[in-house]
Amino acid sequence: MPAPKLFGYGGRIARIDLSKNQVRVEATPEKLAREWLGGRGFVAKILWDELEPGVDPLSAGNKVVIASGPMAGVFLPGSGKIEMGAKSPHTGLYGEGNMGGHLAGELKFAGYDAIIIEGSSPEPRYIFIDDDKIEIRDATRYWGKGAIETEKALKNDLGEDFKVACIGPAGENLCTYAVVSHDFGRQVGRTGVGTVLGSKKVKALVVRGSRGFELAEPEKALAKGKEMFEACFAKPGFEEWTPYGTAGVTDWINEIGAFPTRNFQTGFFESYKQINGPTLRERILILDKACTACPIPCGKYSKANYKGRTVYVEGPEYETIALMGGNLGLERIEDVAYVNYVADELGIDTISGGSVVAFTIECLEKGVLTPGEVGRELKWNDPDGVAWLLERIARREGIGELLAQGVQKAAAKIGKGAEKYAIHVKGLEVSGYESRYAPAMMLAYMTADIGAHHNRAWAITYDAAVGQDKIEGKAGKVIELQHVRPLFDALGLCRLQWVEIGFELSHYAEMFPLVTGWSYSWDDLLRISEKIWNLTRCFNKRERRDFGRAYDLPPVRWMEEPLPSGAGKGRYMKRENAEKMLDEYYNLRGWDSNGLPTPAKLKELGLDFVLEKLDLGA
Amino acid sequence: MKLAVKEERCSGCRACELVCSMRHFSQPNPKRSAIRVSGEFPAPGRFVITYCDQCGVCADVCPAEAIHLVGDHYEIDPDLCTGCLVCVDECPQGAMFTHPDEDVPFKCVSCGDCIAYCPRQALVDAEGKVAWAGTKAREKTEASGR
Repeated sequence: MPAPKLFGYGGRIARIDLSKNQVRVEATPEKLAREWLGGRGFVAKILWDELEPGVDPLSAGNKVVIASGPMAGVFLPGSGKIEMGAKSPHTGLYGEGNMGGHLAGELKFAGYDAIIIEGSSPEPRYIFIDDDKIEIRDATRYWGKGAIETEKALKNDLGEDFKVACIGPAGENLCTYAVVSHDFGRQVGRTGVGTVLGSKKVKALVVRGSRGFELAEPEKALAKGKEMFEACFAKPGFEEWTPYGTAGVTDWINEIGAFPTRNFQTGFFESYKQINGPTLRERILILDKACTACPIPCGKYSKANYKGRTVYVEGPEYETIALMGGNLGLERIEDVAYVNYVADELGIDTISGGSVVAFTIECLEKGVLTPGEVGRELKWNDPDGVAWLLERIARREGIGELLAQGVQKAAAKIGKGAEKYAIHVKGLEVSGYESRYAPAMMLAYMTADIGAHHNRAWAITYDAAVGQDKIEGKAGKVIELQHVRPLFDALGLCRLQWVEIGFELSHYAEMFPLVTGWSYSWDDLLRISEKIWNLTRCFNKRERRDFGRAYDLPPVRWMEEPLPSGAGKGRYMKRENAEKMLDEYYNLRGWDSNGLPTPAKLKELGLDFVLEKLDLGA
Repeated sequence: MKLAVKEERCSGCRACELVCSMRHFSQPNPKRSAIRVSGEFPAPGRFVITYCDQCGVCADVCPAEAIHLVGDHYEIDPDLCTGCLVCVDECPQGAMFTHPDEDVPFKCVSCGDCIAYCPRQALVDAEGKVAWAGTKAREKTEASGR
């Protein structure tokens, strides 16, 4: 019997079992779609249901879930986000990331809402999807190639209209912060989803679709889509924000003392104007590159010369400018673009990668590591040294073996007080915001489900709006953002139209029923987002018995060292204040004092099934 | 109207492909779009737009005489089309398309939606009859004092 039609969905889920060399296609369950929407909701629910608790992230038992959302690929601004998740080999906790480009829509055009990759292959493979045809193919000829090189080779071999997601050498060699790359510059950057693909010997996923998908009210959806584009065009930010994209924030972040500088030793980089948005545009940009249906392309595709060598790279976007620019002391945009290219080709997350290199340089500076141990001298503003170390890490050669596990594990092995230079939460390196003078942002990092990542709640604007010195009253805003932003990830949408040019959320609420036929209000959707948030929290508890409050503390440096310069000079977060923020946050979330959802909260959200598999230790 | 392109402005967002397929096939599906964007990456890093300039070669070569000039554009009469696909082979722009689920090819009918909704104004009407939707939206916003 054919399954009932799901409007806005591809309608099928493909399960790829590499151990059995088997593909199974099933109808997307309507209940799953109605209750978890897609994207991040599908990833969280499927990982919860299907992973054996305590599974080794690099074993055949881990799974990679790739999921699009109901709004992806629809004619509306920013409908190009895809979600990928697995148990993280980097943190041992819930792992997930999303990226733009054009894969989210393509997957649905081929008729799929999600791809579940399970098992493991002894030989390199890539997954080939062309509408109904799915094959597990030999990837020997691509294994070992860089991520950019691989995408180009697959497009050459199969056709330009195939959309490619692939890993680089870092993923193959199981560096735990390897990315999944796509569209020559988009990455699922964080928590090592690329590493899990590497452990399964999956080099790439290629997708082409011609089936399209149906909408509940196609005429009204087209009219609403047009209205949404017109509304975006009318925003002042459409013209003002777009030329620089995310890099445009570099100046402001320095002015408020939040720019990661030389391994987060301070929050102001004296050379920031040489690596900011206008400099990027003037010196290296060749074109503005967009994801699906995006009116405000943040992709700043560039061509840079570095010591006589020409590199093409998308970006550097803000996070890379922060973590591989200021945080490494690089003073020229060309140098940042060069190391960005090196990381992209190797398939290393520029955030974690930048932080690991900065950690190493500071360890050398403080005498915790010696040049003999590292294999050479490394200094701030040393692009050759950065590229050299990234290569070692991706190949896990020499010191790279240790550093390929991230700063938390590296610091623990090095000892000698190296923990102080390891800037992370839950083992995930902090992204582009030094937060000693931005408490809401710090709380956002402390409580993000995957570790210190900004995309769950970009709360720094709230710090600036209500006072960077204020600690009380920040938790409510962080929670609000943690529901709105991840909702975009469940719907298959990009949040930047809303975040950056002030596009109204009501538009998405009005579009949703036209796409799906379901009369959900925005509050209904936010409730689902809250449910997902609570589920990933429980996932973490299931994986680590001791998971709780202690995992939510900020990096040691932020609690002990006052900022030495910049707008936040003298500021730091006393531990008791960090604890106070957590109290406020847990209380508002309906969690207990150890930061775990109470049984009553889980029942209220319809998460009763969690209680069967989890001892919350209440 | 007469569709013209400024490829150097194209960001590769493919809004044109989506609005085209939704308008003419009531579903998001770039493989049912009469305008296509492809990329040349990593080098030289640019987008190429495949579009119909209503040159009329398709009408000239059609053995069934199924393609006719209607106002400012050429249209395929599906009742006359035999699906021989000579027009697809002969189109100098490569802008006559087929889809596995369609019996007859399809092409641009100059509706202008891709021009109106191209965020980059990389698609324009050389005759100036179809305006960018942002112009109207701006005027409206400014008139209301925002």
